[in-house]
Amino acid sequence: MGSAYLARGRESAWNPSFWACFLTCGLVLAVAIPALYLWTPPNSAAVPPDYLVPLLGKYLCYALLALSLDLIWGYAGILSLGQGAFFALGGYCMGMYLMRQIGTRGVYANPVLPDFMVFLNWRELPWFWWGFDHFAWAAAMVILVPGVLALVFGWLAFRSRVTGVYLSIITQAMTYALMLAFFRNDMGFGGNNGMTDYKDILGWDVHQPATRLGLYLASVVALGLGYLLCRFITSSKLGRILLALRDAESRVRFLGYSVTNAKLFVFTFSAILAGIAGALYVPQVGIINPSEFSPGNSIEVAIWVSVGGRGTLSGAIVGAILVNAAKTWLTGAAPETWLFVLGALFVLTTLVFPRGIVGLLRPARWIRLRPPDPVPAGEQA
Amino acid sequence: MRATATARTALAVAVVFILVSPVLPARADEFAALLSGLVSDSFPEKEKTVAALGKLGDGRALAVLTALKDGRLVKTTDGRVLVSDATSLIDPITGTDVSGVAADTADRIRVNNRLRSAIEGALGELTLFSSDPDARLAAAQDALRHPSTEQGVLLEKAIAAEKDPAIRAVMERSLSASRLFSGTKAEKLAAIQALGSTTDPQIKNLLDQFRAAPESDGDLRRAADRALSSIENRLRLVGLAVSLFEGISLGSVLLLAAIGLAITFGVMGVINMAHGEMIMLGAYAAYVCQQLFRAFLPPGWIDGYLIVAVPVAFLLTAAVGMALERSVIRFLYGRPLETLLATWGVSLILQQAVRSIFGSPNKEVSNPAWMTGGFDAIGGFTITWNRLVIIVFCLIVLAVLAVILNRTRFGLHMRAVTQNRAMASVMGIRSARIDALTFGLGSGIAGMAGVALSQIGNVSPNLGTIYIVDSFLVVVFGGVGNLMGTLVGALSLGIVNKFLEPVAGAILGKIVVLVAIILFIQRRPSGLFALRGRTAEAGG
Repeated sequence: MGSAYLARGRESAWNPSFWACFLTCGLVLAVAIPALYLWTPPNSAAVPPDYLVPLLGKYLCYALLALSLDLIWGYAGILSLGQGAFFALGGYCMGMYLMRQIGTRGVYANPVLPDFMVFLNWRELPWFWWGFDHFAWAAAMVILVPGVLALVFGWLAFRSRVTGVYLSIITQAMTYALMLAFFRNDMGFGGNNGMTDYKDILGWDVHQPATRLGLYLASVVALGLGYLLCRFITSSKLGRILLALRDAESRVRFLGYSVTNAKLFVFTFSAILAGIAGALYVPQVGIINPSEFSPGNSIEVAIWVSVGGRGTLSGAIVGAILVNAAKTWLTGAAPETWLFVLGALFVLTTLVFPRGIVGLLRPARWIRLRPPDPVPAGEQA
Repeated sequence: MRATATARTALAVAVVFILVSPVLPARADEFAALLSGLVSDSFPEKEKTVAALGKLGDGRALAVLTALKDGRLVKTTDGRVLVSDATSLIDPITGTDVSGVAADTADRIRVNNRLRSAIEGALGELTLFSSDPDARLAAAQDALRHPSTEQGVLLEKAIAAEKDPAIRAVMERSLSASRLFSGTKAEKLAAIQALGSTTDPQIKNLLDQFRAAPESDGDLRRAADRALSSIENRLRLVGLAVSLFEGISLGSVLLLAAIGLAITFGVMGVINMAHGEMIMLGAYAAYVCQQLFRAFLPPGWIDGYLIVAVPVAFLLTAAVGMALERSVIRFLYGRPLETLLATWGVSLILQQAVRSIFGSPNKEVSNPAWMTGGFDAIGGFTITWNRLVIIVFCLIVLAVLAVILNRTRFGLHMRAVTQNRAMASVMGIRSARIDALTFGLGSGIAGMAGVALSQIGNVSPNLGTIYIVDSFLVVVFGGVGNLMGTLVGALSLGIVNKFLEPVAGAILGKIVVLVAIILFIQRRPSGLFALRGRTAEAGG
């Protein structure tokens, strides 16, 4: 199944031209954008609008999410349609921390309970909110909650060799179930309103431009580190195993590799990346609600990866930023057309450009092992 | 006009009552005597009279009270009370036309709001004697709500006159309820026993009240306890039946939504995320048919739109499905994940297209007359026609599909291509054509499912997304490529869902089901009815 491409060898993955490219992109994102704010004279035409930094920060979080999906889909053939669930869980952990930081500045001025709990007549903080007034605890949960869920879910799924479409469907069912659960008011996560109206993070006001810039820079760093880690994984021996099991899982198993463990590791790691992306996303957009769990969101991530180029890490980043920029522009300019464009993107990228933008740009670096042979439809099932 | 007609029927009843009632002669005088109370100018006096007329159980009182309420009751200067019609004056005591008496001396009897409500109450009691069986039934059921000694007396009279056994049974039940609070001990015991064999929650409340009442002694309490527990058992059974029916109903909806998917996913191995949108298109086809019938055909034909909508929806969605297969899906055979993404894209386009054409607000498709309402199966358990029709429709679709798959040439070719595409081609089957037809069949069934769904809910552009996750789970749960599995999967999901609902709440129940399926798939990755043999091996 899937297209049988193999990334080029490990020895050339860390060459100087890669580092030059990586650092240039990093510098542009980390220095040039803040510089625009700091050094352009006030009131000149070159001053970027206020919303630009959080908007870019949001794109970068999406890029990290896309990266996490590309790692498992592009390299290990696991199309998770529940990647948005890990993203949202990370977001909720951060949202809980931010809610606790509001303290007495909420509408009901309750020092302990967030507004929605006072509103619902809760007497005390539920046990699972314990510790979320400390940033360190929240940060740990951002990693642990999606990680443990992915570990348990993945262990159950991969152990019993649930693969391909079946895995996609049950991951979709997982995020759907979580969405229904978080929509309930008595879950203690704010029900359908979610959590919003944040005041500050680590003592800084989230509405201040400086804080926003800080969050943006944190997103740049997270994305850069995430990218390097993914690249490290995919160019390591484990990465080769992943590619192999993507194209011929049974064969890898017969060769004596533990397919289950390899998949489990990469699935959990990608869930943690998604969780971190969600945690960085929430303070920048200022709200988290259960619609982040909706199955449609998770499928959309797959199209970012497809557009950019599945199986190329930089492609996931490029795709996420391009598609979301197009979405921002189109939903403003002609909201009716956005779903047509998105739908067409889904169809065209799979039919006409299966390798995506980045894949098209560098055909020479890819070795085609064998043509993708059409498997008779019935034998797939 | 209408009021006149009612007055006439009321009079007719009165006449009949005179003929049938054995106790009449004694009552006749009482009735005549009471009428004179209405002549009074004092409202409390009139109120008392109205109440007494209600208690009388005399059919003629019905005509008088109706006339009084409508302001058609007049009094003459010599103290007689007459019912005024558009053309005539009628003496309620004898039922004869007395228009000859100088009409200009007649004066309308005034009513105020207090009196009007007293009339309503009295009429309620009197409708026990109405000529309309539905009204009698309603009155008999209503009597259950306020049992009293007077009510009992009235009911006894009504039972004596009642011809319809069903209504009489209801009256007897209400009479038992009245006896609980007014009869002798023996009567009370008999009443408790009679009430113990019902399933009405109202009666349960009554018995509870009775148990707690200070005048009940040990025997009566024990009898009441027995009756209560037997009612509770029966209510539990009814609850079970209700859950079962609702479960089967939900299951049939899921099944309709999933059968098409079972064909495209199960038989062809194609993940069609646009399947939900085929359902949605079918529902919109029903809506358009309804609108066309309303606009262009005589109003009497409107109930027929559904009959037309089913084939229209089938053909429309089958055509869309075949177009989709020819233009997109056939290039992606053997790449299920890509198919999933491409068809998701198609679903977004279809949704937005429908939203652009019809607008986002929900459209209402109304049930034809023959599908509205329902019938009471056993005490308090109503089966609605639309749900029943959908269950039957779903079974018919399944049966027809089974015949197509197993008994027709097309079905044979389809199975051949499914099992071994290369071999089937060698044998001269045009597999590409079979693919398109199979996909069209699956999509067409989804369209018919949409027509069915339009009958139990609103039609909106995102109708399909509500069912897509569920129908995938049905197919996966039941086992791929297996219609029997789909049937069992859909029914068990529907029933389990409905049985969990009262225990855990609708949403939590659904979550539990989802989690259970996720765990189940991991136990048996190829579903409840797994294919065995070569096809089962080549997974992933």
